[in-house]
Amino acid sequence: MSENRNVVLSAKDVEVKFRVRDNYLTAIRGISLDLYEGETFAIVGESGSGKSVFTKTFTGMLESNGMISNGSVMFHGKDLTKLKTDKDWEGIRGAKISTIFQDPMTSLNPIRTIGSQITEVIEKHQGVSKSEAKKQAIEIMERVGIKNAADRFDEFPFQYSGGMRQRIVIAIALSCHPEILICDEPTTALDVTIQAQILQLIRDLQKELGFTTLYITHDLGVVANVADRVGVMYGGQIIEYGNVEEIFFDPRHPYTWALLSSLPQLGVKGQDLYYITGTPPSLYNQIKGDAFAPRNEHALKIDFVQEPPFFKVSDTHYAKTWLLDPRAPKLEKPEVIQNLHEKIKKMTDKGGAFHVE
Amino acid sequence: MSNNDNREVIVSVKHVDISFDTGGKKKFKAVKDANFDIYKGETFALVGESGSGKTTLGRAIMRINPCSAGEITFEGKRISGNISKEEDRNVVRNIQMIFQDPAASLNERATIEYCVSEGLLNFHLYKDENDRLAKVDKALQDVGLLPEHKSRYPHEFSGGQRQRVGIARAMIMEPKFIVADEPISALDVSIRAQVLNLMNKLKAEKDLTYLFIAHDLSVVRFIADRIAVIHLGEIVEIAESETLFEYPLHPYTTALLSTVPMPDPLIEKNRKHKVYDPSELDQSGDPREMREVRPGHFVYCTPKEFDGYCEKATRLEKEKGVK
Repeated sequence: MSENRNVVLSAKDVEVKFRVRDNYLTAIRGISLDLYEGETFAIVGESGSGKSVFTKTFTGMLESNGMISNGSVMFHGKDLTKLKTDKDWEGIRGAKISTIFQDPMTSLNPIRTIGSQITEVIEKHQGVSKSEAKKQAIEIMERVGIKNAADRFDEFPFQYSGGMRQRIVIAIALSCHPEILICDEPTTALDVTIQAQILQLIRDLQKELGFTTLYITHDLGVVANVADRVGVMYGGQIIEYGNVEEIFFDPRHPYTWALLSSLPQLGVKGQDLYYITGTPPSLYNQIKGDAFAPRNEHALKIDFVQEPPFFKVSDTHYAKTWLLDPRAPKLEKPEVIQNLHEKIKKMTDKGGAFHVE
Repeated sequence: MSNNDNREVIVSVKHVDISFDTGGKKKFKAVKDANFDIYKGETFALVGESGSGKTTLGRAIMRINPCSAGEITFEGKRISGNISKEEDRNVVRNIQMIFQDPAASLNERATIEYCVSEGLLNFHLYKDENDRLAKVDKALQDVGLLPEHKSRYPHEFSGGQRQRVGIARAMIMEPKFIVADEPISALDVSIRAQVLNLMNKLKAEKDLTYLFIAHDLSVVRFIADRIAVIHLGEIVEIAESETLFEYPLHPYTTALLSTVPMPDPLIEKNRKHKVYDPSELDQSGDPREMREVRPGHFVYCTPKEFDGYCEKATRLEKEKGVK
């Protein structure tokens, strides 16, 4: 499915280090990823797995103590890791690659009007006149679902609800018709009822404008809702990636198993929920073998010695675990996530707990 | 479990209003006419969006927010409004709280030993220093931490461990009732499961009653015995957990159910999300009150809506019966 599609962005062996006091912390330990035009790719992982840090390399927004110590990010024939100053980034960050952040209250300026914050971006990136920018801003406000956009143009962020503010952030991000939209936990700070609306809005806009979306989230429900392809991150690496159906119905990495198994949706009352023991690895130390091995009940001896390569499951599905080596013992995924589709179908079909007429 | 009459009520919230001064003449009513009982030994969940008043109500039971109308009783005694100092201390000791963000709720300059035993110190609930330390050790072990952790500081722990400290701090008081305000919202997926399991284990071991405040119905389904759904300060539906999921009656409950994300791309991508539309309700202006549509299943409604919900319940029962 993906062979004949154009790659918009290609990251190769990206490694990111942070200098913390006199120590170096390796936050990203060699990630390669191709983003295809028009797709929605979701990166899932727990906090600290490096998912935000990785995508910050696409927009040059690493904190000042961070640096890309290896690898390249190719975008339109340019290596983004070589860009240094803000001037270099002009025309890319915010124009071709935009980001929507988690909390709409902190990404908007509280003391400036909504309208001025949108027109600022349009004027800067498109070089149009003030009145033209205002016209465009009102159009895009209407497009993201703000009613009476013209009247609300001069209002301030505090006069908007959380969901509306996130719509404005989306409007700002899309006002320059970016090719890639990075959504960093776009609905985590919002209420569940608003979440569905915002996800739908991003999907509708994507269909209409044709941009590529990169989601960063820890919520597998959101992933199931939006993604075409999924990459699972752990300890600064992508450890498994594939089409969304492959990841949910045929996961191969024990960490993906664990992540799916611990979902409360799959919990049975009166029984303990599955949980992952231990804590994520410290990224200050050199990690030997598979980073997940110490927490993995299925870990093999070799997991502690040598880092596994990516094994091919299908043309689109790869997993970084020794379990896929021909010499490894055959292991079934945990019982809770077997026949996942049938289980969830039962819950959402007529008569199930999550069925909604 | 359906036979509620024989069960002992531990906390009773009777027609409680909670309002806040807004500076002007008009007061803001954060909770309107909340009316429910919590039975001993159950986990009662309060589910709603942000701003729905769920935390306000939890805090009212803790005597942090005063009620502007109605009353709250604990083990049959009124605990809202003015009560004697002695009773106040009794409430503070027996009703403990677990907070959302374990990083913010622990004193970062105090050792775990102090954090956990603060309640003991305030109430002098220990014979001597050794007894106090023994109690701290016990509390830490109960939540799955080690006694040697007590000389550490909160920042030396992971999120899940910090939340365990928060729980140990509540448990050491040997409370009868715990208000857990979004105890797992700030935690990672894999750690959530640990904390939920721990709460269930402690409940069984120590015969506790929980008021579990949350916004996530999938979590609540797993942990709660009964659920109350609150919307804009009004409790719109109360039912046993499975009943609420199988026979949701109020349109807001159905809307909330439809937003629970399911970890299945085939289903999630084709799922319809219902948006709550208050105009579906009876607009006649008749007063609403909690009415029992089926035994133990209450909906906040007008007489006309009540008839509608009865019909809906019958219809749903028929559908399930056919299946």
